[in-house]
Amino acid sequence: MNAKTSNQKGWLFVLPVVILVAFNALIPLMTVVNYSVQETFGDNIFFWEGVKWYEDVLQSERFHASLIRQLFFTSVILLIEVPLGVAIALAMPRRGIWVSVCLVLMALPLLIPWNVVGAMWNIFALPDIGLLGRIINGMGFDYNFTQQPFAAWFTTILMDVWHWTSLVVLLAYAGLRSIPDAYYQAAKIDGASPWAVFRYIQLPKMKRVLTIAILLRFMDSFMIYTEPFVLTGGGPGNATTFLSIDLVKIALGQFDLGPAAAMSLIYFLIVLLVCWVFYTLMMRSEQS
Amino acid sequence: MSRISLRDVRHSYVKDPQGDEDWALKTMSVDWSDGGAYALLGPSGCGKTTLLNIISGLLTPTAGRVWFDDEDVTDTPPDQRNIAQVFQFPVVYDTMTVYDNLAFPLRNRGVAAPDIDAKVREIAAMLDLGDMLPSRAAGLTADGKQKISLGRGLVRPDVNVIMFDEPLTVIDPHLKWLLRSKLKELHQQLGTTMIYVTHDQTEALTFADQVVVMHEGTVVQIGTPVELFERPQHTFVGHFIGSPGMNVLPCRIDGGKPHFGGQAIPIEHALAHRDGDERLEIGVRPEFVKFDKEGIPVDIVKVSDVGRFSIVETRHGEHVIKLLLPEDEALPSEDARIHFDPAHTQVYADGWMVN
Repeated sequence: MNAKTSNQKGWLFVLPVVILVAFNALIPLMTVVNYSVQETFGDNIFFWEGVKWYEDVLQSERFHASLIRQLFFTSVILLIEVPLGVAIALAMPRRGIWVSVCLVLMALPLLIPWNVVGAMWNIFALPDIGLLGRIINGMGFDYNFTQQPFAAWFTTILMDVWHWTSLVVLLAYAGLRSIPDAYYQAAKIDGASPWAVFRYIQLPKMKRVLTIAILLRFMDSFMIYTEPFVLTGGGPGNATTFLSIDLVKIALGQFDLGPAAAMSLIYFLIVLLVCWVFYTLMMRSEQS
Repeated sequence: MSRISLRDVRHSYVKDPQGDEDWALKTMSVDWSDGGAYALLGPSGCGKTTLLNIISGLLTPTAGRVWFDDEDVTDTPPDQRNIAQVFQFPVVYDTMTVYDNLAFPLRNRGVAAPDIDAKVREIAAMLDLGDMLPSRAAGLTADGKQKISLGRGLVRPDVNVIMFDEPLTVIDPHLKWLLRSKLKELHQQLGTTMIYVTHDQTEALTFADQVVVMHEGTVVQIGTPVELFERPQHTFVGHFIGSPGMNVLPCRIDGGKPHFGGQAIPIEHALAHRDGDERLEIGVRPEFVKFDKEGIPVDIVKVSDVGRFSIVETRHGEHVIKLLLPEDEALPSEDARIHFDPAHTQVYADGWMVN
């Protein structure tokens, strides 16, 4: 009995955390849940709607279109940034003064505020005054990201690769650095080719950090808002309207709080589900 | 199989070495005969691993040449030198099975599959890894992984020398002994030259026929365990090998005989000392110091009972002299005097034995 009483005291110690989490996560989330099952026209008057908004969102073609755009964007981002990041990390020097130089250069894009990144690229890519826009047009391509969906996608992806590949590089580099020299020496003695060294030493040793890199890049790119909002505003038309941009349009543009709340929760569950599936698969392959 | 010779080899990790301390390895010439079991013994940072990596080709020496028989291999990369190396921390290819790990060096060299299979199974049986061939190498214990590292060297039929860089560091104490016996057994079975780096004198003395003692980038003595014990060529060897280490006492030479504590110390080996301003010392192991009626007067400071004998710490003036007292002998009650065995007392000039 005694042991049980003393155990109860433990709750007191976690209470501050519980309160903190409640305020910054649970209560806001519950507010959203509250909105998602009701209709309101302001003045704090609510009408019960049940799961109507969820059905609407799930059946809405507009939501399907943004979701597909979002999935496509995230896939392209991961397919480019992860291999590119690993390749850059492999090419970086392992020791010497150039290590710090490379690390600082790599970290720079990560330090720039997101809306500044968007603004920078907006100006950089403008076809009439931007350096990038002028160069591409000067090479004979017809490029105008404010009018052409393909150009808008191209610019958004290029911007994200510029902004975030460094994160993968830094994580992959940390993973590479943690490999003891003995592994490379043993591989040399065993007569392993550079490819075999990558396949059997570097890649397996980077697996954990790459799992984290992929998860982070998945979540961030799946929830991307600021940079495309500043760069293209979701246009031209709806060409680069990703989920979060669409969500803000519904919630703040149209003030449809109920559907927006339902969409947020579905959005949140998709992110959670993908992360969980990915993480479980990675962990399972590690154990087997 | 071949004989390995290092000719005037020295190495520095500094780009532009100036003083003595810049050299990780000072100029040395060492021969390793074919089929020998060598131990490379010395404290951390004395250049053991550097020397090992020069033999294996992971390092190219700043100066000097490395010969395998009649072939100069100084600039040959490690995979073409026919050497194998086992590192301090087990190196296994985590994603591969034990079988694939053992087969890896052979596959890289383009050996035919049936030959690989036969060789891998033979070596696995030798190392008691037969049952584990299909399991993932990452799941094995540290000693199992070290066996795989060793196995990757043994599968190659052409290996000249197997080098061990403190291979038992991460092994549980009770398994260390087993693995060491296994190494010894493999050496007898295969006759491959083995060089074993360690800072543990027990490991070195039990494994090797010849022990190479290193100190501050220099080889101070190469000899059998008995030679190292009975005739240490350098006071460092005396200190480093044996427990407790050799007593080293300052002395002066007078009339061809060393003097300590106001008395002439009889020594058996003829002393060919030329006068000079070197630092002169006599060295005698605690095993060869006895209480006696005649001799150097001492005070007994401390007695530690370690089982079959006691370690007695005595003091003459400011000098500490240790000796071993068998358990059936009593401490002298008063007027303790000690006597050094003339056959096992050496004179050292600047640390090196005077012959």
